[in-house]
Amino acid sequence: MGRYGFLLKRPFQLIPVLIGISLITFVLLQMTPGDPVRLMLGPKASQAAIDFVRARYGLDRPVLVQYFYYITNAVQGDFGQSIAYRSPVGPVIVSRIQPTVFLILYGLAISVMLTLALAVGAARARGRWPDHTIRFLCVAGVGIPSYFIGLLLIMAFCLHFRWFPVSGYGPNVIENLWHLFLPALTIGIAVTPILTRNLRATFIQQLDADYAMACRSKGLSEHYVFTRHVFWNSLLPTVNLLGVVVAFLIGGTVVIENVFTIPGLGALLVRAVLTRDYFVVQAVTLILACGVVIANFAVDVATVMLDPRVKL
Amino acid sequence: MTDTAINPRSTFARLRMQIPVTLVIGVVMTLFWIALALLAPVISHYDPIKIDVLHTLQPPGAEHWLGSDATGRDVFTRIIYGARQDLAMAFFGVVGPIILGTMIGLVSGYFGGRLDAVLMRILEVTISFPYFVLVIAIVAVLGPGLKSYFISLTCVNWVSYTRLVRSQALVLRGADFVLAARTMGLRHDRIMLFHILPNAIVPSVVFVMTDAVLTIVLGSSLGFLGLGVQPPTPEWGAMIAEGQTYLTSAWWISIFPGIAVCTLAMGLSLVADGLARLLNTGP
Amino acid sequence: MAEAAQDLVRVENLAIDFVTAYGDVAALRDVSFSMRKGEVLGIVGESGSGKTVACRAILKLIAANARVKSGRILFEGRDVLAMDEKALGHLRGEQAAMIFQNPSTHMDPLMPVGRQVGEGMVLHEGISWKQADQRAVALLDDMRIVDPARRSRAYPHELSGGMRQRVMIAAALACKPKLLIADEPTTALDVTVQKQILDLLRRIRKKRDLSIILVSHDLGVVAEMCDRVVVMKDGRVVEQGPVEEILQAPKDDYTRRLIASQPSLLKPTVPIRIPANDAPHLAIEDLKVSFSSGPGFIGWALRKPPLVVRAVDGVSLSLRRGGSLGIVGESGSGKSTIARAIVGLVHPEAGAVAVDGQPLDPILGRRKPEQQRKLQMVFQDPFLSLNPAFTVARTLAEPLRQHRICPEREIPGRIAELIAKVELPANLLNRRTTQLSGGQRQRVGIARALALEPEILIADEVTSALDVTIQAQVLGLFERLRRELSLTLILISHDLAVVRYLCEQVAVMRNGRLVEYGPTEHVLDAPKEQYTRDLIAAIPRLSGHDGDRTARSVQTG
Repeated sequence: MGRYGFLLKRPFQLIPVLIGISLITFVLLQMTPGDPVRLMLGPKASQAAIDFVRARYGLDRPVLVQYFYYITNAVQGDFGQSIAYRSPVGPVIVSRIQPTVFLILYGLAISVMLTLALAVGAARARGRWPDHTIRFLCVAGVGIPSYFIGLLLIMAFCLHFRWFPVSGYGPNVIENLWHLFLPALTIGIAVTPILTRNLRATFIQQLDADYAMACRSKGLSEHYVFTRHVFWNSLLPTVNLLGVVVAFLIGGTVVIENVFTIPGLGALLVRAVLTRDYFVVQAVTLILACGVVIANFAVDVATVMLDPRVKL
Repeated sequence: MTDTAINPRSTFARLRMQIPVTLVIGVVMTLFWIALALLAPVISHYDPIKIDVLHTLQPPGAEHWLGSDATGRDVFTRIIYGARQDLAMAFFGVVGPIILGTMIGLVSGYFGGRLDAVLMRILEVTISFPYFVLVIAIVAVLGPGLKSYFISLTCVNWVSYTRLVRSQALVLRGADFVLAARTMGLRHDRIMLFHILPNAIVPSVVFVMTDAVLTIVLGSSLGFLGLGVQPPTPEWGAMIAEGQTYLTSAWWISIFPGIAVCTLAMGLSLVADGLARLLNTGP
Repeated sequence: MAEAAQDLVRVENLAIDFVTAYGDVAALRDVSFSMRKGEVLGIVGESGSGKTVACRAILKLIAANARVKSGRILFEGRDVLAMDEKALGHLRGEQAAMIFQNPSTHMDPLMPVGRQVGEGMVLHEGISWKQADQRAVALLDDMRIVDPARRSRAYPHELSGGMRQRVMIAAALACKPKLLIADEPTTALDVTVQKQILDLLRRIRKKRDLSIILVSHDLGVVAEMCDRVVVMKDGRVVEQGPVEEILQAPKDDYTRRLIASQPSLLKPTVPIRIPANDAPHLAIEDLKVSFSSGPGFIGWALRKPPLVVRAVDGVSLSLRRGGSLGIVGESGSGKSTIARAIVGLVHPEAGAVAVDGQPLDPILGRRKPEQQRKLQMVFQDPFLSLNPAFTVARTLAEPLRQHRICPEREIPGRIAELIAKVELPANLLNRRTTQLSGGQRQRVGIARALALEPEILIADEVTSALDVTIQAQVLGLFERLRRELSLTLILISHDLAVVRYLCEQVAVMRNGRLVEYGPTEHVLDAPKEQYTRDLIAAIPRLSGHDGDRTARSVQTG
């Protein structure tokens, strides 16, 4: 099958994880206090309507059968009825996926650029003041909550300088690069310290690695050793960390979408929790978890492309 | 050992080389907040909860050092009382995960095999959820508040410690000294407790402080979204959210609690970094 | 100075310190030596002798925390330590190059090996990558790598250890340097592979008129390869001169001790005569052990059989009470697996292990405590075999408590006896195990095994991680203990000389099977199998590098 055979194999290996994810979201809803159907239909619903919905979602059957109903409905895009929106959950979610995905990719791009610049800068100036400064900023930066960064940015660039809109989501990509710049920057800044610390530490460890010394003993210049050998070897651990960071980023968008009032999944989730719109909570959680699974798959592909030793 | 070819340094010089400056700064910052939290009633005579409609939105000054909020409560007082909540979130938030995570990691890594495979599948599923989203989902089910915050953290964050301990235990179970203990007929529980655990726990100890930073950021974020500590109890994240609508007119309501979160989290982060350096370079 | 001009390398009064948090550690102290063009110079010494620091300094490859306190290094009359980055770039690779002990960590895992050979040519000589690739293939061919065009596109992890070392030599020779510095080039390799690499070095030296500095802990390797030798200890040069002179008439005490410690020069011990007893003490019958990797979810779903590797394939051995058996073989021969199967740490798929005719349960946990006690093991790496969280006393008390060898109040006395038995001072008892040296740790490991008063002791490569002088002491200890406690001993080793010293019987293993098995004199002096002969021929000998000197005997003190 060759090195890329896993592209066919991997999706099958993800099945147990996806089943696990669906199980957990299912159990979460089971644990909610009160009857979700009554919540869903409101206090004035007739017994007939309640019975109809029960049968529709298999809620009058044993738990295992209920789970089966849940899976088959979810696969078809039916996640139940939203109380707050008085409409099926599916369409409500679909309209909100795009801003969130855009925000995550935008934020990721910004943080990758920041990380590369800072980590390379620190590693090349190892042990001197730029290195110490970057290191200190990274250690301190981990502790700054993203929503506070967002508030400061809003105060400075929206309220004081009036360069950017305070909130919202534009109609097309170009508009959004401008509309979502501050939120994306906020998310980018929030994860950059972790990534930079990791990459800088790896750079420095790899600069001291045996193979780097062997390269120097062949008379290769420091610049060449860094760009051709050390850099690529150092990317691997950080790329692996990227999978975790994407999960972190997705969590971050939940907060940031609320700070900047962006109509995405995160804003929807928080609103749903506050209004006890449990079917929405369940569906959003499921969708975001699938997002992490996809991100990890992308990380696997990147790892195989970078490292000839890895076989999946 | 052989003859020592070391020019010994004085103890003071050695300590100065070994203890990072950042660690000292971090400890001072953390202790500062702990002291404020403990001494809150002594330092301030204001009530953190009682509404004072006559003195709303006062700017910082002699009366209210850091101003007052929309209901006339003293911001400084609320910050130092809020420190109690946020410190509790940071320190108690890591207790559940470390106990559960270490136990699972130890058993999973040491025994391996089918048990390990099952536990690792559970772990894989757990980390497939975005950390923060799963916490919110669990809080949604249990209802907001500190208790459900601790429970949800334990359900979600055990994976960090399990991964750290398991990776060590996996190596250690094949280490010669563990094999030696087995050939001497030691039982598995004794081997895990005395031979694996003490040698597997170090990375977790280093990680605890970093984890406390993440926990405090997470906890205050929940407060900010209205899913954490419920009003009127003062909590920094919630205070920042309350001030969000007054950003142009009364910036102090949000900014000062924000600075509080940052300084405490930074202090903990510096401690974490210093500890990591100290433990990794030690003999 | 006229003489100095002829020297290729001249090291004068070199002193280097390492700056650490605990103080400045002297790595080199007043080191001086020189070598002529075309010479092969050996630097020999044990761990911590500074030999690696000294040879790396010739290319100014010194660690960031190293401080040159005094001295200079002249390469063809130019001071290396005073060179700037640009001059160093021309010295390294073009004039002098280096190969290292562990080729797997000294190569970039992400780059095809051909590229790693060729990149030096591109940077030093300015040729195109395409030309460099072609020349790299030719060079790999010259290093006797089969199918060099295909191999040059392989990544390091796809090659064997010996092959990687050949690639590293090719990369070092890419720009035709005058000097090759080889830092323990064969230490990580099996003895037959070591012989091939040494042969290769000899050939390229003649062909390319190369000067070589060979750094090694193994006096045998140095004796076979070198014209002159520098002996180092604790950062100082103890003695230097022509190889014959040093080996035959060592002037320094340490050199004498080093030579006397060579296992090949240790006099075989007299076998213990025990009244002939027909019943074997330990018998292994048709032992088979295999390891399988799990099939995974997909494999499980597709009903694929798991990948099975047979580590031990039908081995039968038997030992009389008080006898000693050496199991020798190269890495992957299955010798350690046998030891673990006997003790019960791995589960054999077939075969039986019996002590005094009583078959043992294959699973350790199901054996009776007395059975567990009888069989004890000493492990290979002294840095891994003791719990770093324990003190020496606690390490020794644990087995005593576990098996209730003696009442609690007698434990301190028992521990003191044990520590004396392995010739360690009693003041070490309260030290952490991490504070001991390698030799001390290995003695603690032996004491721990003896705590249970075993009848059969299995020693798995117990000396391979130790310096040669320490190794000689530990082997001597084994010999004494075995005699005093009338232990039945199984010694597992890659070193035939060690086995010859201690064992009456030898089993030679290869790929999980017995190649040859019998009394030591028969197997090692008149081997029947070709593999055994190859193994014996591959051992570097102190007296072997010149045909007419084979009869020479070395005076031991």
